[in-house]
Amino acid sequence: MPIPILMPALSPTMEDGKLAKWMVKEGDTVAPGDVLAEIETDKATMEVEAIDEGIVGKILIDEGTEHVAVNKPIAVLLEEGEDESALKDFDGGGAPPAAAPVTPAAPSQAETPQPSPEPTPQPAAQTSGSNGQAGRVIASPLARRLARDGNLDLSGVKGSGPNGRIVKLDVEAALKGGQAAAPAPAEATAAGQVVPAHTGSAAAIPAMADEEILGLYEPGTYEVVPHDNMRRIIAERLTMAKSTIPHFYLSVDCKLDALLAARQRLNAMSVEGSPSAFKISVNDMIIKAMAMALQKVPNANATWTEQGVLRHRSSDIGVAVSIDGGLFTPVIRHSEVKSLSEISNEMKDLAGRARNRRLAPHEYQGGTTSISNLGMMGIKAFDAVINPPHSSILAVGAGEKRPVIKGDAIEIATIMSCTLSCDHRVIDGVLGAELIDAFKGFIEEPVTMLV
Amino acid sequence: MTETSFDMVIIGGGPGGYVAAIRAAQLGMKTCVIEREHLGGICLNWGCIPTKALLRSSELFHLFNHADEFGLSASNIEFDVQKIVKRSRKISSRLTGGVAYLMKKNKITVIDGSAKLKGKGVIGVTGKDGAGLPDVQAKHIIIATGARARSLPNLEGDGKLVWTYKEAMVPEFMPKSLLVVGSGAIGIEFASFFRTLGAEVTVVEVMDRVLPVEDEEISDLAQKSFEKQGMKILTGTTVEKLEKGADSVTATLKGKDGASETITVERVILAIGITGNVENIGLEETGVKVDRGHIVIDEWCRTGVDGVYAIGDVAGPPWLAHKASHEGVLCVEKIAGIDGIHPLNTSNIPGCTYCWPQVASIGMTEQKAKEEGREVKVGRFPYQGNGKAIALGETDGLIKTIFDAKTGELLGAHMIGAEVTELIQGYGVAKTLETTEAELMHTVFPHPTLSEMMHESVLDAYDRVMHI
Repeated sequence: MPIPILMPALSPTMEDGKLAKWMVKEGDTVAPGDVLAEIETDKATMEVEAIDEGIVGKILIDEGTEHVAVNKPIAVLLEEGEDESALKDFDGGGAPPAAAPVTPAAPSQAETPQPSPEPTPQPAAQTSGSNGQAGRVIASPLARRLARDGNLDLSGVKGSGPNGRIVKLDVEAALKGGQAAAPAPAEATAAGQVVPAHTGSAAAIPAMADEEILGLYEPGTYEVVPHDNMRRIIAERLTMAKSTIPHFYLSVDCKLDALLAARQRLNAMSVEGSPSAFKISVNDMIIKAMAMALQKVPNANATWTEQGVLRHRSSDIGVAVSIDGGLFTPVIRHSEVKSLSEISNEMKDLAGRARNRRLAPHEYQGGTTSISNLGMMGIKAFDAVINPPHSSILAVGAGEKRPVIKGDAIEIATIMSCTLSCDHRVIDGVLGAELIDAFKGFIEEPVTMLV
Repeated sequence: MTETSFDMVIIGGGPGGYVAAIRAAQLGMKTCVIEREHLGGICLNWGCIPTKALLRSSELFHLFNHADEFGLSASNIEFDVQKIVKRSRKISSRLTGGVAYLMKKNKITVIDGSAKLKGKGVIGVTGKDGAGLPDVQAKHIIIATGARARSLPNLEGDGKLVWTYKEAMVPEFMPKSLLVVGSGAIGIEFASFFRTLGAEVTVVEVMDRVLPVEDEEISDLAQKSFEKQGMKILTGTTVEKLEKGADSVTATLKGKDGASETITVERVILAIGITGNVENIGLEETGVKVDRGHIVIDEWCRTGVDGVYAIGDVAGPPWLAHKASHEGVLCVEKIAGIDGIHPLNTSNIPGCTYCWPQVASIGMTEQKAKEEGREVKVGRFPYQGNGKAIALGETDGLIKTIFDAKTGELLGAHMIGAEVTELIQGYGVAKTLETTEAELMHTVFPHPTLSEMMHESVLDAYDRVMHI
């Protein structure tokens, strides 16, 4: 089956780009990692690498063509044994069925939205520094320092120095091309569709093919909204999460009365307009409570890796922020030592910038857990999908007046339902229960967060 | 039967040409060098090497005259100019013989004659005696014809009273007074040599400081040293005209303030720059571009005419033998298709001047760094603070290092003092390896050496100097 190569998106907002240069010609044999072409936008020039083996069957877009739309097929790879007759059906038309996407060599720019990307072990698709092997990255001292200062993960940089050494020029080029922190799986999908590559067992049962889906709807009764980068990444990350992480869910109802009262009193003390002004939201207090809970139940502040469970020391909480067309999860680091006002102000800043897609990668990557709050939407309770590489996520529902039993009498209290999704590889039932119980304790008696 | 068809033909057997030839031969190319005068070019015969031999003689003369300082006695130290010159000529011819041996060892054909490009892959050759020799066919042609002393309308060597480097290299007598026009490396080295041997030397420089390519601070220190030695230095000064007498020259000089003065000397040495040997080698006919006396090349030494390349002095600055050699190697390696080669990084090419005290530098000057808007950290260490320098009795000097304040990149190193021309390689290796200040600080320099000052200078840049 011939493999179409699509125009990659170099950033979530890229609509089209210039196919600047072809590095291969029709008839060339390519192997994974070979550079196929150079793509230019007004922001950067990137290389497009092959992830499949094959022969360049047909080049569909000429060198130098501008305004090539993202996802438009730019070439076709013939697999072994195929010849030109297989190309008859490819004419640069729409989205092909189950195509293998192309991996840009230098990944997308800082705006790549990620729930919480950290480099996950990559089987196939990822371009690596010419060092290749896991372990020591060979780079000059200056290159290392420039990479460190620019938050650049050297393992993704190709070295042009002796024996593949990464030198200053390589780092400067990578930083200019917008490659910020660890190139994550997102890059693999920048151009194509969902990559099953790292979902191991999930690939055994393939998703419903587009052809099949479109066949179920009357043409003309729908409009196709092309995926932007964010949508693609969300789809890919969360499918991977749901299919590889063994989720289980623990729910508790928290009494909010004491917390709401405390919040009111605290906010009343803020002097409006002063540099130390604050307006603490319920969510800010939920963040703090979760931070304290993770410190109280440290075994649950952890991440699964093949080598072992990473037990984190600080509570770095990712907080889901809904934005137009998707979501971001900026991380508040060390929230166990930050005051409520600090958390509140930081959250305001991060959320504001998230909505403008102005977060730097290090601001939304990593973290040790997430909180997703749909209370303002009137949701009573829900179960959230864990954001890899976390091992938990807290789904917060609306706080509402409900009847509760005290002793033998019915009383009214403000109750908020929370559900903790846990990664069973890391968090067993009892541990999860301890965590959410600790959280509940801090929510219901907020003053205990001071102890 | 002489071979006339080669993979690689190099016109010029100087440090650019013969090194390129050796590399080409190492890579399996059938190689030929066409040399019109002597293997080793200017460097071995009329430049780098003989001047170092001359300067060694003057250096020892100076030391002998200060023998008392070291507890030795020596009086009536004399010198024989012709013997000094003879020694340097012997050294030159020994090295020329050495290059001839290297050519033989690497099975490189050497043709004695002048070459001229005739067309694609064809070179016409004229023997030393003027007779025509068979044309030579070449897949690739590297032009390495070097350069010669530049002259200006009123400043031309005449081989008798107004010298260029050629005459200055082989003086038949010691002039009593000399006017050196130009204070670049060549002018200053001759000024140093002749002054040390007792001539009255006046140096005239059109720029506002001597050794104008060096860091300002180093230029200033150099000038102070030279003046202490009794040299007269006139910066911001031009030579209006030279009037020749029977055995002397009267120069009219114009200073920065516009005032004129005249000076009468026995001989004049012109060192006002060099210009590439681009004439009569068939460049116009083959379409090789020349700009202001030099062949235009890209970073791989390609001229734009397929199969024709240029390296060394003929291809532009810096006019240094080691630059020519490295260009030769990279040009050949690029032709051979070797992976992973990089163009020359000019900021990693050191420059050395063998006057006394010696000057050596690599990379950016402090002024250049500031002009680029960089925040820098500058370290300095004086020779006076170094034990070995004091033990040697060489306490005049400074080692200056410049770092990018943000990244710790070693931007430049500028040195003046005894043996700095041998020391500069350390910073060269460091720059090539892309050091930061950290690695230099961690390097263990041996004690007691002058090289320790290189370490201290780095420490000083970060306010951690120990020995001053």
